[in-house]
Amino acid sequence: MHFDTYNPEHFYDEYFLESGRPRPEVEKLINKINSFAKSELANQRRAANAAFKQMGITFGVYGDNKGLEKIFPFDIVPRIINARDWNLIERGVKQRVHALNQFIQDVYNDQRILKDGILPKEFILSSVAYRKECVGLTPPKNIWCHVSGIDLVRDHDGQFYVLEDNLRCPSGVSYVLGNRRVMKQTLPAVFEALPIRPVEDYAGRLAETLRNLIPESILKPNIGILTPGIYNSAYFEHSFLAQQMGEELVEGQDLVVMDGFVYMRTTQGFERVHAIYRRIDDEYLDPTVFNPDSLLGVPGIMGSYREGKVALANAPGAGIADDKAIYSFVPKIIKYYTGEDAILQNVPTYVCEDEKQRQHVIDNIEKFVVKTAHGSGGYGMLIGPFSTRKEQKAMIDNILREPRNYIGQPVIQLSRVPVMVMDHFEGRHVDLRPYVLYGEDIYVLPGGLTRVALKKNSLVVNSSQGGGSKDTWVLAEDVT
Amino acid sequence: MLSRVANSLYWMNRYLERIENTARLIESQLHMLLDLPSMRKDPNAWKPLVDITGDNQYFTENIGRYKREEVIFFHTFDRNYPHSIISCVIAARENARSVREIISSEMWEKINNLYLSVAGPGASLKASKNPHKFYYDIKMACHLILGIAYSTMAHGEAWHFSELGRFLERADKTSRILDVKYFIILPRIDFVGSSLDSVQWTALLKSISSLEMYRKRFNLISSKNIVDFLIFDREFPRSILYCIRHAERAYFNINGTPFGVYDNDLARQFGKLMGKLNYSHIDEVMAIGLHQFLDEIQSDLNDVGETIHDNFFANKPVSELNQSGAQIQ
Repeated sequence: MHFDTYNPEHFYDEYFLESGRPRPEVEKLINKINSFAKSELANQRRAANAAFKQMGITFGVYGDNKGLEKIFPFDIVPRIINARDWNLIERGVKQRVHALNQFIQDVYNDQRILKDGILPKEFILSSVAYRKECVGLTPPKNIWCHVSGIDLVRDHDGQFYVLEDNLRCPSGVSYVLGNRRVMKQTLPAVFEALPIRPVEDYAGRLAETLRNLIPESILKPNIGILTPGIYNSAYFEHSFLAQQMGEELVEGQDLVVMDGFVYMRTTQGFERVHAIYRRIDDEYLDPTVFNPDSLLGVPGIMGSYREGKVALANAPGAGIADDKAIYSFVPKIIKYYTGEDAILQNVPTYVCEDEKQRQHVIDNIEKFVVKTAHGSGGYGMLIGPFSTRKEQKAMIDNILREPRNYIGQPVIQLSRVPVMVMDHFEGRHVDLRPYVLYGEDIYVLPGGLTRVALKKNSLVVNSSQGGGSKDTWVLAEDVT
Repeated sequence: MLSRVANSLYWMNRYLERIENTARLIESQLHMLLDLPSMRKDPNAWKPLVDITGDNQYFTENIGRYKREEVIFFHTFDRNYPHSIISCVIAARENARSVREIISSEMWEKINNLYLSVAGPGASLKASKNPHKFYYDIKMACHLILGIAYSTMAHGEAWHFSELGRFLERADKTSRILDVKYFIILPRIDFVGSSLDSVQWTALLKSISSLEMYRKRFNLISSKNIVDFLIFDREFPRSILYCIRHAERAYFNINGTPFGVYDNDLARQFGKLMGKLNYSHIDEVMAIGLHQFLDEIQSDLNDVGETIHDNFFANKPVSELNQSGAQIQ
């Protein structure tokens, strides 16, 4: 199998400048693949899939039968990012997360950015992710967003844009680690040919990020990963991270607050927990403060957090910065707190709360992607060019009913990377989610999760909507 | 170790043991009926398999008469009956899933496979086409999981909780099967030596996986020796004494107190049970009445199960109201 017949068409293709002319950073890889015997790659793909099944790398799908898990489809052709591009991404993402963290601290405390009139106060404070319970709070070391995932896309000119910020509980990092492990097993020879930056130490860095929140005087702290339980779609990842970090995987029922401290129930009695990497949303964290019906959370944990007796990552309230309507202000936020221009551009975004912008979205709905301000996982989203008149009309009704909750973005022609289809390669659209840890410094895991829309021409890459993933290789140095 | 994790390991092993027992029971019944043509016509031939569960009322209300297909369905595929193989497989897998980071990945994989073979499409067709193979496979899957656990899990606290669950469940099952089967076969005791009788006793031993081991010790089939063997044998891993001794040992390992220090309720309950088994003779048991003796053992086992729950799984701060996390006994 080789690339002779591969056609990049009119898209930005990350492998080929044009038919038969590979980009310099992938040339070596293409030669390697072209040199394989006819069935070798297909055999390797089979081996990779078997490895995933064996390792049980799965995700749950909401709405399906209880307990049903699927394997995240995996494509064996890696996505390659050259050192120059990665350098830009890394700087841009660090700048962004740094500024967003300052923004969250400011919004819950002095509100300088609102007082200075940089952002509209009412609009910001009306976000459903704004937690009045966090007003006046400063978390340990001023860090709010310990773990974030910044979704990036490339347009037809190859430029990177930020599509959205995920500052609540971004998931998917276990696939990054799983994909790499499987790729190293199945294609070791290809690895040797290229200077690929490793991702192996993510779990260790995450553990350090959490340890950073606990006073040094506590010699043997307990750290818990709080999961909603086995039916959550990301349960595999929660248990995987707990296993890799060697920390306890806990459910709400395992934790109890006594005298303001958080304890876990063990067979030998109660043991104090010092920091919690929580993988449940704010609303479910503490039924005495947020949603009273939540069975997933821990009654009293917010009180404990407020008194500084337990650290939570990410900090409750951090979600204000991933409101998709507030996203449109991020370039201003960066400028305000850092004095710099944003290194990574936003996708142009129309906020439906604003009458003029709303009308523009409605008038051109067949050309827009419309999203809810708080949705995730690709649920409740409309892609104009691929929608029916009826779907468009339903979306317009939604927008008019609740304009604050919707944004519109022009359709981006996402860049493409080859995937294996039967016995040949075809281009498919991809995005990229780098993972960022905010501990003593800000660290960006080289690469991140490349999601790929496996359906031909589809622009939706979410795993819940028929997307798959690829291993992402960041090159340590560029070919000169 | 987290109480929830200990609870899951304990129950995962109880369920696996239960699955294996049920599969073995049905398998030995199928075998026995092949040897007893006259009994095949008996409308109540399959009734003892329901009697063992003590859930006759549920059976008559929800399933019907004691026909072969119905009893097999009840024990294997009835999702509404919490002790059926399929319900136990689902429960075992859910427990395994919630402790995936604790058990080895090979173990998880095999439990998952067992689930797919029982709950997947075509399972009931396989069971009716070739029941012998179907139940044999389930039995072997359970043995495989146990073997993998033995050689891939650290033999620390997680392992001791697994042992605790497994041996308590096994003691309970042996006592139930003995109790029910003994009184069914008993009226025919005058025909000692007749082929019908010995086929049934043999089937009883087989259903507890003990025929070969029994033969090594006693050679001849006799009801008293069988009872002696299944309650008091010190080496056979399914005898009641053996199971409780091992459960007790697991308990002391978990608690960290020296063996033989009976300084709390659970230790004392174990001590009393062991005393009863260590210092009783088969003749005394027969004099009191086997049923009464087994009944007491079963009720002691239930008490032990409750104390384990209170001690290890349900520790509550004083302020917290009673909330039950108990699984199906």
